[in-house]
Amino acid sequence: MTQTEFLHIVTPFKDKVFRLAKRLLVSTEEAEDATQEVLIKLWKNKAKIKAYKNVEAFSMTMTKNYCFDKLKSKQSQNLKIVHSNYEDKQTALQKQVELNDSLTWVEKIIENLPEQQRLIIQLRDIEAYDFDEIAKMLDMNQTAVRVALSRARKTIREKLTHTHNYGIK
Amino acid sequence: MESNKIEALLEKYDHAETTLAEERELKRYFAEADVPAHLDVYKPMFAYFKANEEEVFTKKLPLKTEQKYVLKWISAAAAVVLLLGFYFSRSNESQDLGTFDDPELAYLEVTKSLEMISEKLNQGTATVGYLDEVNKGTATLNYLNELENATQIIFKKQKQ
Repeated sequence: MTQTEFLHIVTPFKDKVFRLAKRLLVSTEEAEDATQEVLIKLWKNKAKIKAYKNVEAFSMTMTKNYCFDKLKSKQSQNLKIVHSNYEDKQTALQKQVELNDSLTWVEKIIENLPEQQRLIIQLRDIEAYDFDEIAKMLDMNQTAVRVALSRARKTIREKLTHTHNYGIK
Repeated sequence: MESNKIEALLEKYDHAETTLAEERELKRYFAEADVPAHLDVYKPMFAYFKANEEEVFTKKLPLKTEQKYVLKWISAAAAVVLLLGFYFSRSNESQDLGTFDDPELAYLEVTKSLEMISEKLNQGTATVGYLDEVNKGTATLNYLNELENATQIIFKKQKQ
């Protein structure tokens, strides 16, 4: 397999890998490193790529596992991942000035969700995968995915109502 | 879109029972400006989801891993060859001295090599011949003795 062929396979989902990594690791730099790591692993095993049924789902699972490993090793070292990118840099967001503040609230609320729920919110509400795919990526059954998703959505909504009514948490 | 239909969808959404198409519809609805006040909470939620779909991975991928590996293996092989080379050349030197089956031939060889050794030794002693020069030096020093003899004769005469 040549580099261009490989890139052709990888390009459609590399951003999704990155966003999933960022959802778990929070820091943009860490997420970039994780994405690079995952894609390089794929490249090294490129001989096997054709044997995988679904490279995209496989890569998402790999990303999830890689990020969990990263988080675990950070925890055991008693280190926190340093990140300074609370602010969303996207210009499209900056235009919606009145919404901007609420958007950072949503981000913070999602950050405080359990990792499992964060993953599912990311995969469903942002990447729009169907439940079957999510279940396979996370090695769960569909009902469990639905329950976790419902819980996550309700938490986000409740916390947002809370901040709306009282201004600041 | 009528807000009661949206409310029904939101109910389903909260229970994670909406299809992907329905969720797209919700996203579109909340992206529009006029949303009833009691549904305002959902607005930032869907706006956030929408905004996050656009983030992209921009870092370059270093994919040139193969050549490095080949170089590594070549250098490792070269090191092994060098080590083996040294090992074998050494062991050959120390072990293979050569043997003779015929005693007469062996005797001849030995005398030949002993002759060679003595010849070389003589060459060595020839250079030691410079030591003769030192002897000459000491011989000239003997003239000093003559001088002493002369002075002794003089002193003897004075004593008398």
